[in-house]
Order: sequence, then structure tokens, then C-alpha cells
Amino acid sequence: MSLLSWIVTFFLMAGVFFFIVGSVGILRFPDFYSRLHAAGKCDTLATALVLGAVALFGLRDFDWNSFQSWENLRVSLKVMMIVLFVYVASPSATHAITKAAFIVGVEPWEKRKRNR
Amino acid sequence: MERAITFSIMLVFWILLSGMFDFFHLSMGIICCGLVTFFSHDLLFYSRSGRNWFRNMLGFIIYTPWLFWQIVLASIEIAYIVLHPRMLEIIDPRLIRFRTRLRGVLARVTFAHSITLTPGTITVNMNGNEFTVYALTQKAAESLPGEMEEKIERLLER
Amino acid sequence: MDTVFLLAALGMMVSIALAMIRVVGGPTVLDRIVGVNVIGSETTVLLLIIGYLFDAVSMFVDIAIAYAMLNFILSIGVTKFFLRRKGRTLRSDKS
Repeated sequence: MSLLSWIVTFFLMAGVFFFIVGSVGILRFPDFYSRLHAAGKCDTLATALVLGAVALFGLRDFDWNSFQSWENLRVSLKVMMIVLFVYVASPSATHAITKAAFIVGVEPWEKRKRNR
Repeated sequence: MERAITFSIMLVFWILLSGMFDFFHLSMGIICCGLVTFFSHDLLFYSRSGRNWFRNMLGFIIYTPWLFWQIVLASIEIAYIVLHPRMLEIIDPRLIRFRTRLRGVLARVTFAHSITLTPGTITVNMNGNEFTVYALTQKAAESLPGEMEEKIERLLER
Repeated sequence: MDTVFLLAALGMMVSIALAMIRVVGGPTVLDRIVGVNVIGSETTVLLLIIGYLFDAVSMFVDIAIAYAMLNFILSIGVTKFFLRRKGRTLRSDKS
């Protein structure tokens, strides 16, 4: 395998790892607000990693003279546009859900020992 | 002037998305971009003075890579906490409130956005200049507002 | 290289299944919304990997863009709808 393949493999595996961490996080955390931590952050990073890998792999044998290569470059740019969109939209969605929970009055989980 | 720049940005975006250069698709693109420009030409160029706007955009572009690095750190910390066998002993969630000294709208939104994306904190509510932040650990709670506010103030204000 | 992409797709299926547990058994409506949001963003990525496996990324990328936008609008819209009838929904769901 070439160097590019190794980089793509690493990005893909890291992205899948963070996706699984996010899912395990929303299962394990004790209260609603901390579940959003896992959901919001890990998803943003994992999306960026996996989509970056896909976009990079689209450029694997780039040739200045072939039309197909330029078409691949355009597709990769579109993929990076999804990353940019998720990067802006995911925290906004997280914030909207958190604010709804705050208005409804969901209580945060607290440690029992901290009642001094 | 504003409309012309907005229109050309939209058209470049359309061509990038569609990738077709025949007459039908291009005329479709011109009609759609014209409509969008007509309805929302004041969204992109919100500021009256051009220099101010340019400065804001430049600051935003410089700020973005640093923010991305913060997301990487945040995710690694979350991964550590999630996969720790005795998770409930590490975390110590709390709601904190503080006031910010940022004034501009873009600066405040960027600040709320970056609080959500940096380690261990998410913005819960933003009311005027008072932020309500949910922090996952005590260390994260103490780090606010911190260097991030200074960074945003230096890049996006004045 | 196909094997790596297939493995990644499998890992994401596992992740979607884990998030599905939260959607089905979440104590409140808001937990379900978070679960659906996570599943949506994973589906966006999964669509692109499927596109690579079928060798048609240029077609699937458009679907993925539409899906990412729909996912964002969905979470905002459902939250708004939930806020309009707040309280009642949360309590009746808790039992």
C-alpha cells in the first residue's frame, strides 16, 4: 500500500473510533447534559476525519490532463463542504437541544458527596 | 455593489455544486442565484464599512484552525472519560454563569460556538452578555472564560 | 482498500446500533432527539462510504449534502415543536 492509503486508513479508523466513543458516551453518561457532550464533540471530529479520508482518497491518482481527475477534485471539494457545514451546524443543533432542556427545566446530575 | 458580489459568490458556488456547463443548467443557476440575492443580499455583508467586514472575516479564518485543534483535544478528553471504568468518580458536572465583555454579535456567537467545542463545556443559554455554561469537570469550569475570550477579542473586535 | 472501507462501514453500523438503544429506551424525549441527531450525522458519513464502495461518489455526495442539511433542520424543528408543548410531554414520558 502507498503512503496515501496508510493515511486514509488511519483517518478512517480514528473517525470510526470516535463515532463509537460518541455512541457509548450517550449510553453511559448519567444525565442529559453530559450526553450532549459526547454527541456534539465526538460527532463533529469523527465526521471531519472520515469525510477527510474519503475526500483525500478521491485524489489518489491525480492527473493534470484528464477530465476525470478534475471531476474527482470537484467531488472532494463538495465533501469538504459537508465538513464545513457540519462544523458550523452541529454545535448549533447541540445548543438548540440544550436550551430546550434548560427551558423545560431538566435537572443536572450532581455528585452526592458535594453537599457541604 | 453588495448585490453583485453576493451574486457572483453564489454563481461560483452553483457551478462548483452542479458541474454542468450547458445552457439549461447555467440559466437555471442564474435564475436561482438572482432570486437568492434579491431576498438576502444584506446577510453576507452585514456591516456598513468594508474594512471592518474584511477584518472580521480574516480574524475568523485565522481563528478556525486553532478551534479545530481544540476539538481534537476535546474529543480525546471525552474519549478518556467515556472509556474510563469508574467514570462517575471523574466527572463532577455543574452549571456556571459568567458575564462576557465581548460586544459584537459575530464575536459572541463565535464565543458560544467555541465554548461548545472546547474540552468539557457546552453553552446552555446566552442572554445578553450573560452566558450559562455546563461544565463536565471542575478543571473545565475553572478554565472559563480564559484565553479563548482574549483570542476572540483580539481577532474579531476593535 | 475496499476491505478498509467495508470495515469502517461495519464499525459505523455498530455505532448506529448503540445509538439506537438510546433512541428506543431513552427516558425523555430530548434523549431520543440526541440519539436521532447522532444517527443522522453517522448516516451522512455512511452514505459517502457506500458511494465509494459502489464507485459512484459523485452521485452519493449530493444525497449526503441534502441529508446533512435535513438532519440539522430536523433537530432544530423537533426541538421547537417540543418546546411549544413543553412540560406535559416530558412528564408523561418519564414513567
